[in-house]
Amino acid sequence: MQNPQIVVSDVQKVFRTQERDVVALKDINLTIKQGEFVCLLGPSGCGKSTLLNAIAGFSLPSSGSIQVDGQAVTAPGPERGMVFQEYALFPWMTVAQNVAFGLEVKGMSKGAMAERVDSLLDKLHLKDFRNRFPKDLSGGMRQRVAIARVLAMDSPIMLMDEPFGALDALTRRNLQDELLRIWAEFGKTIIFVTHSIEESIYLADRIVVMTYRPGTVKRDHRVAIPRHRDPSCAEFNELKRELGSLVMEEQQRHAAAEMKLAAVD
Amino acid sequence: MQQHLKSFVRGAIVPVVVLLVWEACARTGLVSPIVLPAPSAVAAKWWEALLSGELVHDSIASLYRVVVGFVAGAALALPLGLTMGSSPRLYGLFNPMLQLLRPIPPIAYIPLAILWFGLGNPPSVFLIAIGAFFPVLMNTISGVRHVDGIYLRAARNLGVGRLALFTRVMLPAATPYILTGVRIGIGTAFIVVIVSEMIAVNDGLGYRILEAREFMWSDKIIAGMITIGLLGLALDSAMNALNNHLLRWHRGLEH
Ligand SMILES: Nc1ncnc2c1ncn2[C@@H]1O[C@H](COP(=O)(O)OP(=O)(O)OP(=O)(O)O)[C@@H](O)[C@H]1O
Ligand SMILES: [Mg+2]
Repeated sequence: MQNPQIVVSDVQKVFRTQERDVVALKDINLTIKQGEFVCLLGPSGCGKSTLLNAIAGFSLPSSGSIQVDGQAVTAPGPERGMVFQEYALFPWMTVAQNVAFGLEVKGMSKGAMAERVDSLLDKLHLKDFRNRFPKDLSGGMRQRVAIARVLAMDSPIMLMDEPFGALDALTRRNLQDELLRIWAEFGKTIIFVTHSIEESIYLADRIVVMTYRPGTVKRDHRVAIPRHRDPSCAEFNELKRELGSLVMEEQQRHAAAEMKLAAVD
Repeated sequence: MQQHLKSFVRGAIVPVVVLLVWEACARTGLVSPIVLPAPSAVAAKWWEALLSGELVHDSIASLYRVVVGFVAGAALALPLGLTMGSSPRLYGLFNPMLQLLRPIPPIAYIPLAILWFGLGNPPSVFLIAIGAFFPVLMNTISGVRHVDGIYLRAARNLGVGRLALFTRVMLPAATPYILTGVRIGIGTAFIVVIVSEMIAVNDGLGYRILEAREFMWSDKIIAGMITIGLLGLALDSAMNALNNHLLRWHRGLEH
């Protein structure tokens, strides 16, 4: 953990809709070091995806800047690999083809490509599924493929938007452990969006709690619990309570805002 | 197996009864053979035409026109549809004129086709190409427009360039729509080939049934019609097989 790798400075994002302007992000300042595992935590609508998409380069901030390794982010790129909640696998490609696609368009040689794909499929327990289409896989399997696809690109940064949100509890824990293993092995920088407090404590070095409209940083908490973390231990639950009350405050502001909107309509 | 046999027998009842009644009407002289020849006479004629090679020659001639015309029409429609579907600017540029041309049935182009291309295969192929062009175009456009944005984002994130985005992402994502267009296009091509053969050429199934009319050979007319039906069925089955193969990844086709 040396240099700051991702620097978000004074980022603001305003969505202009017909009825009103929505300030989704305001005064966001974050510095993320190489190899850090950061969770963005907050209730629905607080701008987690907006911030992640801005770092990914899908939608640029209205003002402020985002720099990765000293370069301003202007477009998406393979050095910031994204894992989407909806998997976003290409359904017309087999598992192996999905994992290979990014390498193929980069012009990697067939041999090197096959080697890398094989080793990743092996690592993520997908070997027996290499010639299946995504429709034949379970949600957990699909997300493994999506992770393998990003790993294939050798992206130093992984951006994950509620990647395990749609999975059952057991599969979810399984993939969380797998992700931690991958993180330790490959030394990735990971920004992981979630609205599960427990998930964020289980995974993160650092938890950034966000406020609801405008989305700002409410608390930037460094998790001191040593890994591997036990969700039933006292420290874990202490932190869970603490973060829980922060998120709850924002959740209530969210609910109040919605009531007010409903009253105006 | 038992079940299959049962449903086959049930499906055969109506056709068999119709054929028997038809044969009876013809045999008893209730209707003149010029108005409605007996099915046995039609079958005999069909067999005769098959043995003489005429039927095969005409079928191939018709099929050739369908294939060439369809490929020409689709080859124009596909790239145009892909670009129009993905670029609102090009869409705005081309769409008004296409909407104006689209309602004109291909048949209405016959006089122009003959003026431009004379007689023989070219006008026929031209008409078929027009018939195939619009269904493929319209479906390709809506296929591209319905491509889920998440695929485009995933592709851009992987560093996929513009050309590969077209050929490797948008094209396959739009295939279900495109194949629907292809199917409609082939159907239209099949209608247009028969009509065009009645005008501009001297072989093919459309020409043959019109020729038979000159001599009031009703049995030959009906034999020709049945061949057209069989050819259409074969074409549609082939399309179906292609469809199932190309869309084997598609959720909707899970059996
Ligand atoms: N394209 C858009 N146009 C207008 N408003 C938008 C747009 N995208 C997001 N917003 C608004 O910006 C705010 C932040 O949205 P965002 O999707 O980032 O929230 P989120 O924290 O990811 O929520 P969730 O947990 O539900 O995914 C929301 O209030 C949303 O309504
Ligand atoms: Mg979100």
